[in-house]
Amino acid sequence: MNKKPSIAEIFLTFLTIGAISFGGGVVAYLRNSLVKEKKWFDDVEFLEITSISNTLPGLNATNVAILAGDRLNGWLGASVALLGMCLPAFIFMTAAGMIYSEQHVRPVANAALRGVAAAATGLLAATWFQIGKKSLRGVYDAIFVVAAILGITYFKIGVLYTLLIVGVLAIFTYRPQRAPEQPAKEEEAWIKSLH
Amino acid sequence: MDQIPSLIRVFAYLSFLTIGGGMAAFPEMKTEIVGVHHWLTADQLVHVFSTGQMSPGPNMMMVAEIGQLISGPLGALAAALAFFLPTGVLTFLVGRLWNRLANWPWRASIQKGLAPVAIGLALGGLVIFGKGAITGWLTVVLALATFVAVNRTQINPVLFILGSAVVGAFALR
Repeated sequence: MNKKPSIAEIFLTFLTIGAISFGGGVVAYLRNSLVKEKKWFDDVEFLEITSISNTLPGLNATNVAILAGDRLNGWLGASVALLGMCLPAFIFMTAAGMIYSEQHVRPVANAALRGVAAAATGLLAATWFQIGKKSLRGVYDAIFVVAAILGITYFKIGVLYTLLIVGVLAIFTYRPQRAPEQPAKEEEAWIKSLH
Repeated sequence: MDQIPSLIRVFAYLSFLTIGGGMAAFPEMKTEIVGVHHWLTADQLVHVFSTGQMSPGPNMMMVAEIGQLISGPLGALAAALAFFLPTGVLTFLVGRLWNRLANWPWRASIQKGLAPVAIGLALGGLVIFGKGAITGWLTVVLALATFVAVNRTQINPVLFILGSAVVGAFALR
């Protein structure tokens, strides 16, 4: 990065992404703009930002905006990046709510939305199928995925308790391992020296 | 108007459940909005949530639509702020701490552990969502067609959603 981009430039960049990123996958739009076009970050930095975003609550679109904005120009950069990212969607969705409230459009709107809901199910399934294919590794990951699904759909303990119970178990399973190589090697050398 | 404090409380709570994405929070959203507060019917919630998939930017901005339906523009603003600000501040603070945590061994454990849990929560949410959205053979066809198209082609998914809206307007009355 050569020099700090101005607050106005940050706002306009995120406002543009917030306005054109139709069809989900906002992170791909963000990468295209921040890494490829503006060259404000390299791929390694961007990957780090997205991995923090994934771990924290909040959406990827807004979390990436905040973390990138902060690195570009401090808390003010983060604030305008978040605002720019959210503003178009806010106007879009509030307008959608106003239209939906109109009684005379209700029958047609409801019929159209039944189609939208069906397609959204397919889109969301495809999105999570791709994320799963990319990031799941090994038996433990599979167990935690199934446990979380069952917590929601079968045991019906709610999102919060499922997250707490399965989350703690998963983090404990992947707990930090003491690196045993060093002592083991020393021991091996010591055993060899006995012979 | 008098619903706004409840709106803020519900959406601030829901926002902390969106680990890995908004889908994870859907079952709890249904419990709160349909079950506890009777703000929307189950069908309406599925419809509003789906509309969010057509929006640019964060698809969970559909919380503003819920706020709008319950309390007008002020409700939309309250819902959006309650949903995006608290987790936003958390992200900002953790983002600044993150580099200092580089040598904290649990950092990697948390990342590795939460990844499959987030996917499971989203899929669980999707099952609950699908039960409301898939109501007959035509909806199965639309969902499957979109699933295959998104996986196999580079076409923008919003086109399939709009196409399904047109099909729905004629065939799902």
